[in-house]
Amino acid sequence: MASPMRIRAAAKDGVTEVRVLMSHVMETGQRKDSSGAVIPAHFITELTAKHNDKVVLSAEFGPSVSTNPYLAFKFNGGAKGDKVAVTWVDNKGETRTDEVQVA
Amino acid sequence: MRKQLKAIAVSVGVALAAPVFAQEELNFDAYREMLADGNPAELYEMEGEELWRTARGPRNATLEQCDLGLGAGVVAGAAAQLPRFFKDTGKVQDLESRLMHCMETLQGIPSEEIVKGKFRQGERAKMAALVAYVVTHSKGEKIAVDLSHPKMKEMYELGERAFYYRTGAMDFSCASCHSQDDKRIRATQLPNITKPEGAAAGWGSWPAYRVSNSQFWTMQHRLWDCFRQQRTAEPIFASDVTIALSVFMAGKGNGAEAQWPGVKR
Amino acid sequence: MKKLFIAAPLALCASVAIADDLQAKVEDMMLKSFQANGIASLDRQKQDAVQKACSSATQPDADTMKRLEAAELATIQWPSDGNYTGGDWKEGQKIAASGRGLTWTDKTPDNNGGGCYNCHAMDPKEVSEGTIGPSLEGYAKLRGNSEEVVKYTWGKLWNSKAYNACSDMPRNGYGGILTEAQIRHVMAYLFDPASPVNQ
Repeated sequence: MASPMRIRAAAKDGVTEVRVLMSHVMETGQRKDSSGAVIPAHFITELTAKHNDKVVLSAEFGPSVSTNPYLAFKFNGGAKGDKVAVTWVDNKGETRTDEVQVA
Repeated sequence: MRKQLKAIAVSVGVALAAPVFAQEELNFDAYREMLADGNPAELYEMEGEELWRTARGPRNATLEQCDLGLGAGVVAGAAAQLPRFFKDTGKVQDLESRLMHCMETLQGIPSEEIVKGKFRQGERAKMAALVAYVVTHSKGEKIAVDLSHPKMKEMYELGERAFYYRTGAMDFSCASCHSQDDKRIRATQLPNITKPEGAAAGWGSWPAYRVSNSQFWTMQHRLWDCFRQQRTAEPIFASDVTIALSVFMAGKGNGAEAQWPGVKR
Repeated sequence: MKKLFIAAPLALCASVAIADDLQAKVEDMMLKSFQANGIASLDRQKQDAVQKACSSATQPDADTMKRLEAAELATIQWPSDGNYTGGDWKEGQKIAASGRGLTWTDKTPDNNGGGCYNCHAMDPKEVSEGTIGPSLEGYAKLRGNSEEVVKYTWGKLWNSKAYNACSDMPRNGYGGILTEAQIRHVMAYLFDPASPVNQ
């Protein structure tokens, strides 16, 4: 099962800054283990961030992104107590959604 | 709009991918700045916090009664005063050996399992998460190790001797790499641990998340790998030499601010 | 006066006893805190004369250094054919760049790197280079290739402690880190006019 993300969201002067730390191996599919066998690709392909129910960020990820990716972005609007939810989907179809309240 | 946001996300992602150095020079400061925000050690800290509160082991107990030196269950500031002498065990213990003691006495998890285990596996991996949780609650605290107890004094002296002790296939001691200012092995900067600033830089920035291998390393793990590269035999987990060197580094670094958990190349 | 005369030697004895006690404890700890793993046996925890003499913040006195250096010098094996050349700088480059070997995760005690770049600058184009040892950029261009220089370099590579008992540099030949053939390749990397070190 996928591990939780750590999300922080803070509103200031009408702009909300969101910082997301994801727990994911982000295996490229190009690496080999010590016995020479290829380690199968396993990486996040899509990420969506919602403010309450409105999508504010949609991103495509790929194998060039590091293990345990960190993403920071800002969107206009948002107030203390609003919900910010982040969802990722990976190439194996696994998915994880976590949600925080804007501080 | 959608396209623009995507571009931002991609640039953030690339910035955090495999370390890329400018070919002309090694710009450590810019690299560190890029890493400073979003230390993935937080993921381990989250896991550790959960583990602290989860009833586990043969006794199905939590670690909430674990005494790290400031009283049962006190986590805030606990890492900053470790290693210390503990009356109940009659020993000087660092964070890891103390957690191991708590896991055994409270939860019934045999210390043997951790001592004989491997880093990043089994109970030792769980301990690393607990370490991340505990040290994060001393972030920004001043290192305050009490050296007044005779056993602490002795450990400090043993640690200092061990620091200079040359042995192994390549004649190295800790001092071979860590007794001069501004030196490097390849592109890795080395703290001068014979000085308070250097000792604090080393002691106060491990445990750390290592971006180059996406691993969280505790101080026991760091010391273990130092000895591996020193070409000695393998140090035993939480053995005297690891505690002595920890007391030496922490004691010398006393008073400086800890940056736990660190983030490293 | 009489009292003082007695007290002084006693105090001296006591401090010496404490120091020896601590030394014994350290030696015991450096053995008991370790375990053998693969090729890294517990023998590695026992110090030889040089290691023991150079295990503090201060070097031994000049006479001790000289005595140790003379003993180390006697261990150097000079080229079996009397010829210091014949190595391939390209092979030497690989040896200089590799920091591998002799850890408990290495399967065999053979095929080690020299780890030169860990501590030395060599090829001026290489940026990932250590600074613990002196820069060796332009080695032969700056020092020439007189017999004296060539012989010293071979000796230094074989057993660095022959020239400075407390050198930080490993004893490559004496310690079985590098073979004679490998040392010859490193010599070529340092001396060959075509080597990147001399560009």
